[in-house]
Amino acid sequence: MIRVENLVKQFGAKRAVNGVSFSVERGEVLGLLGPNGAGKSTTMRIITGFYPATSGRVTVGGHDVATDPIRVKALIGYLPESAPSYADMTVQGFLSFIADLRGFSGSAKKAAVHGAVETCLLEGVLHQPIDTLSKGYRHRTCLAQAILHDPDVLILDEPTDGLDPNQKHAARELIRRMGKTKAIVFSTHILEEVEAACTRAVIIDRGSVVANGTPAELKARSATAGCVRVTLGGAAADAAVAQFGQLPGALRAELLPGTDMAPDGRVTVRVYPTRDDSGAIGAAGAALTVAVAQAAQSAGWQVQALSTEEGRLEDVFRSITLPDAVAK
Amino acid sequence: MNGQAAMKKHGSTLTNIAGIVRRELSGYFGSPVAYVFLVIFLLMAGFLTFTIGRFFERAEASLVSFFTWHPWMYLFLVPAVGMRLWSEERRLGTLELLLTLPVTLPQVIIGKFLASWIFLAIALALTCPVWITVNVLGSPDNGAILTAYLGSLLLAGSFLAITSMTSAMTRNQAVSFILSVMICLLLVIAGYSPVTDLLTRWTSPGVVSAVASFSVMTHFDALQRGVIDLRDVGFFLSVIGFALFGNAVIVRGLRAG
Repeated sequence: MIRVENLVKQFGAKRAVNGVSFSVERGEVLGLLGPNGAGKSTTMRIITGFYPATSGRVTVGGHDVATDPIRVKALIGYLPESAPSYADMTVQGFLSFIADLRGFSGSAKKAAVHGAVETCLLEGVLHQPIDTLSKGYRHRTCLAQAILHDPDVLILDEPTDGLDPNQKHAARELIRRMGKTKAIVFSTHILEEVEAACTRAVIIDRGSVVANGTPAELKARSATAGCVRVTLGGAAADAAVAQFGQLPGALRAELLPGTDMAPDGRVTVRVYPTRDDSGAIGAAGAALTVAVAQAAQSAGWQVQALSTEEGRLEDVFRSITLPDAVAK
Repeated sequence: MNGQAAMKKHGSTLTNIAGIVRRELSGYFGSPVAYVFLVIFLLMAGFLTFTIGRFFERAEASLVSFFTWHPWMYLFLVPAVGMRLWSEERRLGTLELLLTLPVTLPQVIIGKFLASWIFLAIALALTCPVWITVNVLGSPDNGAILTAYLGSLLLAGSFLAITSMTSAMTRNQAVSFILSVMICLLLVIAGYSPVTDLLTRWTSPGVVSAVASFSVMTHFDALQRGVIDLRDVGFFLSVIGFALFGNAVIVRGLRAG
């Protein structure tokens, strides 16, 4: 549905987007991640036809946004970053205006507005001026205008920003539900959101795509992915670390910071598996959990907790976008 | 959200413009500012016509003392009406919303301009008691009055188009107001007789009349006398066209980065 090829956007001397490419098909929810100023919003603004690209190509549903912007805009529902809306209008008036410009009239218009109002839970504030609403309601009003025409493509710039935890949850549910039949791109800073709602994530840093994969694939790139984490009772910290570090398939072991001071004398150790050059974990590494359990048993330590770590998106994000800081 | 609606997801040029006009007009009349403006406009028109313009003392069956003040009144009132057209969209961030809807930039520009022009036309129409008064007291040349009204409307449109353009230059309504007052003032005084009289002392009459031909005064005076000259009408229409074109260039420039 959405195809972005070698997108470049230059603002004066600054290159905000530098050769971004990705594509999103129907049924996919793409999470766009990246630090502030990485070029996420600029990329979305180019896709929606607000900014012209300096070079590169964007097509939505087969239409080029540069040559056929009206067709593209008709296919897209867009929630801009600050969720703007006309402060002096009522929710009803605002949505009805959007419906007018989306080409709805008569009963189709009524149905479209009603549907959006129902989905975004706006019935209670329908006749209130938007500037009297709380931030959450204003946000949902702008979301309602984005989904009003039941678009094939949704571009949502930080759709959960400024919502309370319940509303955040509802918004994620909505995105996941709509993602089954639409192509959705949304940007966020909240990494757990990516795991909760996305089928795929793209990390953008300084204008370029630095990672593109499913949340599980990205997590597997984390340094702690595949690590065995064991909590022991009745063990000396140094002895445990030394013992586990020598296991077949173990690269090294470390004491989790802060756990050696626990009053009950428990220690928690993380054991890193060996990896080949491509970063994949070998057979011995995969069997590490069992090896750790057996080693603990033969040393007479009491295993209180044992788990294999999935890796954390946050670590991957940090190691990709802040390689220097992580190395230190 | 049924299949039939899903097929047709953008409107025609006319329905798009109508949608924008409706929104802008409801924006005007939804706030008390519009009514305050109408009252000020009518009070000022009455004061200038009857007190400063000495309507009764002139004992003429004409509306010269009414129309002659219009350029000066519009100089401040039209920028006040139009200053928020684009600056407010920029300040609220709704420009992004508007320009990612399936409408073209010319449709938006024309829609916004028309809405404000209709508002000004309503204000102008509300001055009809002056016209009734002059008809009760004497028998004026109603044809001349009609062309003067036409000229006044075109004058307001010209100032409005300029305001719309300056409004796109800034997020700040006040800046947009001052800019447009300045440009409109130039267009007024280039043909204002005290200024042109001064100019004739220094340069040849040819230069003076060339400068004056750029002024709205020259063309408004002709229409006010009841003469519909296509050149005068064309002048106002080309000012409107030029300013709105400038408006489009500025808005495009905002997005090009």
